[in-house]
Amino acid sequence: MKTKNIMIVGVGGQGTLLTSRILGGLAVQAGYDVKLSEVHGMAQRGGSVVTYVRYGDTVAEPIVEEGQADVLIAFERLEAMRYAHYLKKDGVMIINDQRIDPITVVTGAASYPEDILEELSKTYKVYSIDAMSKAKEIGNTKAFNVIVLGMAARHMDYTVEDWLRVIENTVPPKTIEINKKAFYAGYES
Amino acid sequence: MKGENTVEKKIMLGNEAIARGAYEAGVKVSAAYPGTPSTEVSENIVKYEEVYAEWAPNEKVAMEVAVGASTAGVRSMCAMKHVGVNVASDPLYTASYTGVTGGLVMVAADDPGLYSSQNEQDTRRVARAANVPVIEPSDSEEARVFTKRAFELSEKYDTPVILRTTTRLAHSQGIVHLEPRQEIPDKPYERDFMKHVMMPGPAKQRHVFVEKRMKQMAEDACTLDINQVTYKDTSIGVISSGIPYQYVKEALPDASVLKLGLVNPLPKKLIEEFASKVEKLYIVEELEPVIEEQVKAWGIPCIGKEILTIQGEYSANMLRKAILGEEVEVSEPAEVPNRPPILCPGCPHRSVYTVLKKLKLHASGDIGCYTLGAVAPLNVVDTALCMGASISMLHGMEKAKGGDFVRDWVAVIGDSTFLHTGINSLMNMVYNKATGTVVILDNSTTGMTGHQDHPATGKTLKGETTYIIDIYKMCKAMGIEYVYEIDAFDLERLEQTLKEEVKREALSVIITKSPCALLKSYVPKGTCKVDADTCKKCGKCLIPGCPAITKGADGKAVIDDTMCNGCGLCQNLCPFHAISLEK
Repeated sequence: MKTKNIMIVGVGGQGTLLTSRILGGLAVQAGYDVKLSEVHGMAQRGGSVVTYVRYGDTVAEPIVEEGQADVLIAFERLEAMRYAHYLKKDGVMIINDQRIDPITVVTGAASYPEDILEELSKTYKVYSIDAMSKAKEIGNTKAFNVIVLGMAARHMDYTVEDWLRVIENTVPPKTIEINKKAFYAGYES
Repeated sequence: MKGENTVEKKIMLGNEAIARGAYEAGVKVSAAYPGTPSTEVSENIVKYEEVYAEWAPNEKVAMEVAVGASTAGVRSMCAMKHVGVNVASDPLYTASYTGVTGGLVMVAADDPGLYSSQNEQDTRRVARAANVPVIEPSDSEEARVFTKRAFELSEKYDTPVILRTTTRLAHSQGIVHLEPRQEIPDKPYERDFMKHVMMPGPAKQRHVFVEKRMKQMAEDACTLDINQVTYKDTSIGVISSGIPYQYVKEALPDASVLKLGLVNPLPKKLIEEFASKVEKLYIVEELEPVIEEQVKAWGIPCIGKEILTIQGEYSANMLRKAILGEEVEVSEPAEVPNRPPILCPGCPHRSVYTVLKKLKLHASGDIGCYTLGAVAPLNVVDTALCMGASISMLHGMEKAKGGDFVRDWVAVIGDSTFLHTGINSLMNMVYNKATGTVVILDNSTTGMTGHQDHPATGKTLKGETTYIIDIYKMCKAMGIEYVYEIDAFDLERLEQTLKEEVKREALSVIITKSPCALLKSYVPKGTCKVDADTCKKCGKCLIPGCPAITKGADGKAVIDDTMCNGCGLCQNLCPFHAISLEK
C-alpha cells in the first residue's frame, strides 16, 4: 500500500498526543508499518502543535511534508489555516470549529482571520464540527478530540469496529464508555 | 511490567524504545535529570521493576551515580538533553579515562530546530573532545537494539558510550520488537587504584589507554555490523546516520548509502572504500559537519554543508532539492498570526510576573516555563542563559555596577532549577556579600518537561514517598536573614514584600509557593466569570495575558470556562469587581 499521511494540528494542551496514539494503534492493528512524530516540551504550553502519522508497507521518513497529507485533522480553526498547505490537492480537512485566540491576537498585535472555514472550503474538501458543544452535550469536554476523530473516521479506511477496539485499548479504562459515546457523536454527525 | 518472554510487536516512542533496550540489556541502575527531549527515557525505564531508576538533582549527579553503579559492577545508564551533557561533562571527560566495570551508557538528546532548548549544540563534538564513542539509532527499533549494542561495546572496549538521539527520534513512534531481558551477572567489585583513582600518575597511563582504545575502535568499526553499506546506483553515494538516514531513504531510494551506527570514531578504511566506489559523495548529517570535517581531512572529496544547512532539521524534500536539484511544488502557506507558547491558565508564574511588571522590575531569568515571562504581554524577564544562571548573573551585575544597579532587579528561578544548580549560585551570593533579591518560583514540580518530581516534592521517580527538602529552611541555613514564603496569588503581600526587599541592601529570597495548574493534584477553585453589565472594558484583566480571557466583539472581557482554572488573578485585578469566581 502507498503510504498514507495524516496530520493532527492544534493548540498545545488540546490532547493531540492521545489522538495520535489512537491513530498509531489503528495502523498497528491493521498490520501496517507506522511512524508517528509529535511535539513535546515548550510548544505544549499553548503553542501551535503538530503531529504526523504515516502508515503503509514500509515507512522511512517520520514527518509529513508540504503537499503530502491525505487527511488533516485540525482541533482549532486558525491552526487548520496555518497547516492547510500540507494537504494534497485531493486531501480532506476535518476541522473542529473552535476559536482559541493566540496571544498575538489577545495583545492586539495581530487579528484573528474571519471566515476561515469559508476560505478553506474554496480550495479544500472541508468537514467541520463544533466538537466542544457536542462534548458538553455528552457531559465531558475532555472527550472533544475523540468526537473530532469520529468525524475523521468517515473519511478514513478503517471500520467502526477497528476504531472502537483501539479506543478501548488506548484510553484510561474509566473513560472507555464516554470516549465511545464521543466517537459515535462525531461519526454520526 | 514484568519481563515478557514472547516476541511481541509494540509501537513505541524513541525514548520508550531506549528504555526497553536498556531493560533488555540487563541495566540495573538509571539516573537522570529531566530535559526535553530525553525525559521519557526515565519515565519509561522506571516501569520495569528490575531496574532501579531515579531523578537526580542535575545531570552531573546523574552521571556520577551511573559511574558509581558501573564501578560497583552492574550495567548502568544516565539520560539527559544536550545542554545537560555540559553539566555532566566533568565526570564524562574523566570517566572516559577510568572506563567501566559494568557497561555504562549516557543517553544524550540533541535538539536540532530548538523545539525546547536554549542552543543547538551537537553532542558528537563533546564526544570527540572526551574521546567517547557515539552510537546513533535512526528509528525506534534501532533505538532498542542499539542501546543493547552500546552496553556491549562499553564493556568490550572499557569505555562509557554515548547513545545520541535527536528530538525527532526521541519523539517519534515506530514499531519495536520486544525481546526478553538478558540476565547479566553482577561483576565483583575490585579495588583498582590505577583504574579508579584519577590522580596524575594513574591518569597519565589511562590517557595512553584512551588513545589506544579509540584507535582500536576506529579500526574495528570498519567491520562493525551497525555500520552498513548498501550499493545501488553508484553515481550518488551518501554517508548518513540517525534520523537524516530516513530522509535519505525517502528522497534517494536508488542511491548507494553508507549508514553509520557508530558515528564516533569513524571507520576510515570503510569510508575510503565506499568513497572510491561512488562518483559523487554526499555527507548528510544534521547540525555540525562532524563526519564531513573528518572525511575532508582525510583528503576524500565530498559535499556536505556547502549545500545543506547547519541549522534546524532536515527533510526528504530538502534533500531532493539540494542533491537532486528537484523543485518540489508546494502551495504558499497562508499568512496567519503566530501562536507562540504561553503560560497556562492558572499558572502561578503569571501572578508573580504581573506584580514584577507593575513594579517595573527587571528579572534575571532562568530555564523553565517561566522563561516565557520574557515575551509579550509580560516582558519582565531580561535574560535566559542556562540552568541556575539567573542568580549568578544578578550577582555579576551587582559586582559590575554596584548595589544601586540591582535595586530594580530580581532573579527568578523555578524550584527544580534552583535545586539543579541555582543553589550553588545562591551560596555564592551569601559568601560574596550580595544584596540582590532572588525569587524562587516554587510550583512543586519540574514543569516544562512535563511534571517530574525533584528533591523538594516528596516523591521519587518510583512514586515512593520521601523526605521533602525544605527550600525555605535551606536558605535560612545558608545564613540568609530575609527569607519569605508567599502564596503566588497573594498580590498584596507579594507587592509589599518585593518593594521592601528590592530596596533592602541585603540579600533576600522570596519563595512564591503555589502548585502548577497542570499537576494532577491541582484542584481548580472554580471558574471565573465576567458580569457583562459591570465590565467597563478597562482591559486590566487582559494585561497578564491569560489565554482563557479574550476581548469580546463588544470590547468586554470574556472568559472561556473550558480553559479557566479559577486562579482568581483576573478577579483580583478587576477594579470594578466585574469578575466572580464560581464553584
